[in-house]
Amino acid sequence: MTERTNQQWLTALQGPDRDEALADLRTLLVRGLRYALASWPNVDEATVEDLAQDALLRVLKGLDSFRGESRFTTWAQKIAVNVAFTELRRRRWQDISLDDLGASQDTDFMPDTLVDPSADPEKQALQRTLLDTLSEVIATELTDKQRQALVAVRIHGMPLAEVARRMGTNRNALYKLLHDARQRLKKRILAQGLSPQDMLAAFEP
Amino acid sequence: MWMKQSLNKLRQIVRKMFSNHPTPSDVALDREMLRKMIQEIMSTRPDEIDCGECFEELDRFAEMKLAGKNAAEAMPLVQDHLDRCANCREVFEALLAALRAVA
Repeated sequence: MTERTNQQWLTALQGPDRDEALADLRTLLVRGLRYALASWPNVDEATVEDLAQDALLRVLKGLDSFRGESRFTTWAQKIAVNVAFTELRRRRWQDISLDDLGASQDTDFMPDTLVDPSADPEKQALQRTLLDTLSEVIATELTDKQRQALVAVRIHGMPLAEVARRMGTNRNALYKLLHDARQRLKKRILAQGLSPQDMLAAFEP
Repeated sequence: MWMKQSLNKLRQIVRKMFSNHPTPSDVALDREMLRKMIQEIMSTRPDEIDCGECFEELDRFAEMKLAGKNAAEAMPLVQDHLDRCANCREVFEALLAALRAVA
């Protein structure tokens, strides 16, 4: 493959004989994605090529937004990996609705089973108190949306983008929503005189 | 009933063996998740960046990392976001793997 500077890439991809540059970039994205997607099960060569094709189109559409702060190929691979993960996550979660994940008001978020039966009685009592506090602040401080998002993301591991799509919002706005939720919870917990160290130490394995 | 239960158990084990990505399943909050959740809540800071802002910087961050420079120190908010956001961290690690492979 021809070595190109960032400027050469940009010129070549937008020039009259862009076929060679396109083919080179495509090859690069396919090779990168093979490694990037190694931990995904059931991703065959055809899938990798399809994803690379989608990514290639995205890269070409976004050329104007390349700020030249990294090598062009690094930037292109970043976009490719993101396109691929977004799509694979979408497929993986496509049949799951937020309702399936059950995050209604009356869900017991902090069941007693979280108390460690092997801990000494004093520690168990502390754990129970902390769980009650957490349940209470989650139930009273958060909006339904915040609670639903927290359960989907934190407990079920649903990707942010997938939760966002189902809630009719976008990933960045959802991050902000969850950040605000954490901020509120933290404030309330601190107001109860509990330190982060106490909280974590109580559930130390 | 017991057959269905053991089948589900088996499914979970197989999933765990073949993937480190979370799958939709009937998970419940366990103690480890609780610890992470507490950690997340208590380490919340006002100046966090969101996924989009992190992604903007990710190519530069990855190159610094691969060059053996202290990316975390140069871009602390990106590092902070990656520490918090499993989705972005996954993408970042996959990007490193891709960059290392085609370097």
